[in-house]
Amino acid sequence: MTFSHTQLNYFPGCSLATTAKENNASLIYFLEQFDIGLKEIPDWNCCGSSSTHSIDPGLALALASRNLFLAPDDKPLLIACPGCHLRLGEAKLTLTTNAKKRTRVEQHFGKPFHADLKLMHFFELLAEMSCAGLFKDLTGRLKNLKIASYYGCMLARPPRMNRLPNHHGLIEKTMTALGGDPVQWGFSGICCGTFLSVSRPAIASRLVNRIMKGAIQSGAECIVTACAMCHLNLEIRCAPENRIPVFHFSEILSLARDGKASREWLNRHLIDPVPVLNTRWKM
Amino acid sequence: MDAMILAPESNGKFAGMVEEMSRSNLSRCWHCLCCSGGCPFAQDMDILPNRVIRMVQLGMKQQVLASSAIWLCVGCNTCSMECPNAVDMAAVMDVLRRMAVQENVKIAEPGVLSFHQKVIDSISRYGRTHKLEIMMRYKLSEKDFFSDMDLGLKMLSKRKLDLMPSKVKDRQQVQDLFKLAKDLS
Ligand code: SF4
Ligand code: SF4
Repeated sequence: MTFSHTQLNYFPGCSLATTAKENNASLIYFLEQFDIGLKEIPDWNCCGSSSTHSIDPGLALALASRNLFLAPDDKPLLIACPGCHLRLGEAKLTLTTNAKKRTRVEQHFGKPFHADLKLMHFFELLAEMSCAGLFKDLTGRLKNLKIASYYGCMLARPPRMNRLPNHHGLIEKTMTALGGDPVQWGFSGICCGTFLSVSRPAIASRLVNRIMKGAIQSGAECIVTACAMCHLNLEIRCAPENRIPVFHFSEILSLARDGKASREWLNRHLIDPVPVLNTRWKM
Repeated sequence: MDAMILAPESNGKFAGMVEEMSRSNLSRCWHCLCCSGGCPFAQDMDILPNRVIRMVQLGMKQQVLASSAIWLCVGCNTCSMECPNAVDMAAVMDVLRRMAVQENVKIAEPGVLSFHQKVIDSISRYGRTHKLEIMMRYKLSEKDFFSDMDLGLKMLSKRKLDLMPSKVKDRQQVQDLFKLAKDLS
């Protein structure tokens, strides 16, 4: 398979732009190493977020639509946050299937909706990179680091979207290809508690601690997450006795590429990841 | 198990509205409980997700709209992965929350609603979410000044919380989206 992406349009979303800057920076860095440039869509806004979607679906659709109309349709729109990907994907589906809403939105933005705009999740890009053989020089790089792959709710979708591609197992597959050692464990798809972490912290803590304890019991040395919000919840709601380092997928990929990870990224973690990295690499 | 369910209104009007708004066919549900078994929040809910469906079918509008279940549902779609009949539970819960707000029902989890509103306020100000301000405003409205104080300081010291918001430049466009939203719901 030939690989042709050298430039993609990019939607970072609020988490990657703020609390998870290390996720954003490591993702951009990693793709740069493969000559894939990202062009942030100009003046993007919140994707529609779970809070908006929860109580005001009309607003969620309006917010997502502006982003869809801002994105040039010449190249795929890369999205790293699973939440943003779901919200923008749902909006695209609504605009494609509901003529009345589409007409209203088109009238608002004064131009036609490009139904063929491709929304590409970071996982999809990785799968293509892997198929194209871009990782073949990176075998063994993760030195058997034992990894618990954590997807949270990212693989779950509403019924009307359940025929879209699913990337179950992609973290494990990629980590294995790079020389990591993914463990078997029972919590890879258990929700992190999302916004209940703020409004009902006891509930989120219970879930987070089950997940973290599960990872420790499985023999993993660290957790690798696909979602910036999961990453934050796992770090902030974890009891001291259940602490295990949590990496963004993009950080581990960069580590595999270079044998090091930027101190700037690691310093932003609330659970210090340096000791586990020092067992194999000089940080 | 509770005692007998007394159905106040079984002419199907409420169920019909929920079905239409959620674009989900509730008669498909055979009450296998797979959704409730898979839901990470089932133990915190006053009514299990499959029971929410049943009570909607039975027209028990007030009880459903006043439940904590609709607010503790985070829309993670885990239940949809379990459901053999493609019932869109998250969409049903979305509709029920919206109805509860519109009909001024007493909200079982006011803190959850208040948090969502703080997020929306932040989006209306900046077009994006400003986490620090959302947290501060939420804590103020809950009159909860001390829990998570250590955590907040730690997040600030790790620069996880930005003091200044990341913003959309064109604020008028953001305000226009709030107007557009009214025609889309
Ligand atoms: S899993 Fe589906 S069919 Fe089973 S009880 Fe839940 S909604 Fe009904
Ligand atoms: S979508 Fe709601 S009901 Fe379904 S599993 Fe998630 S929290 Fe539970």
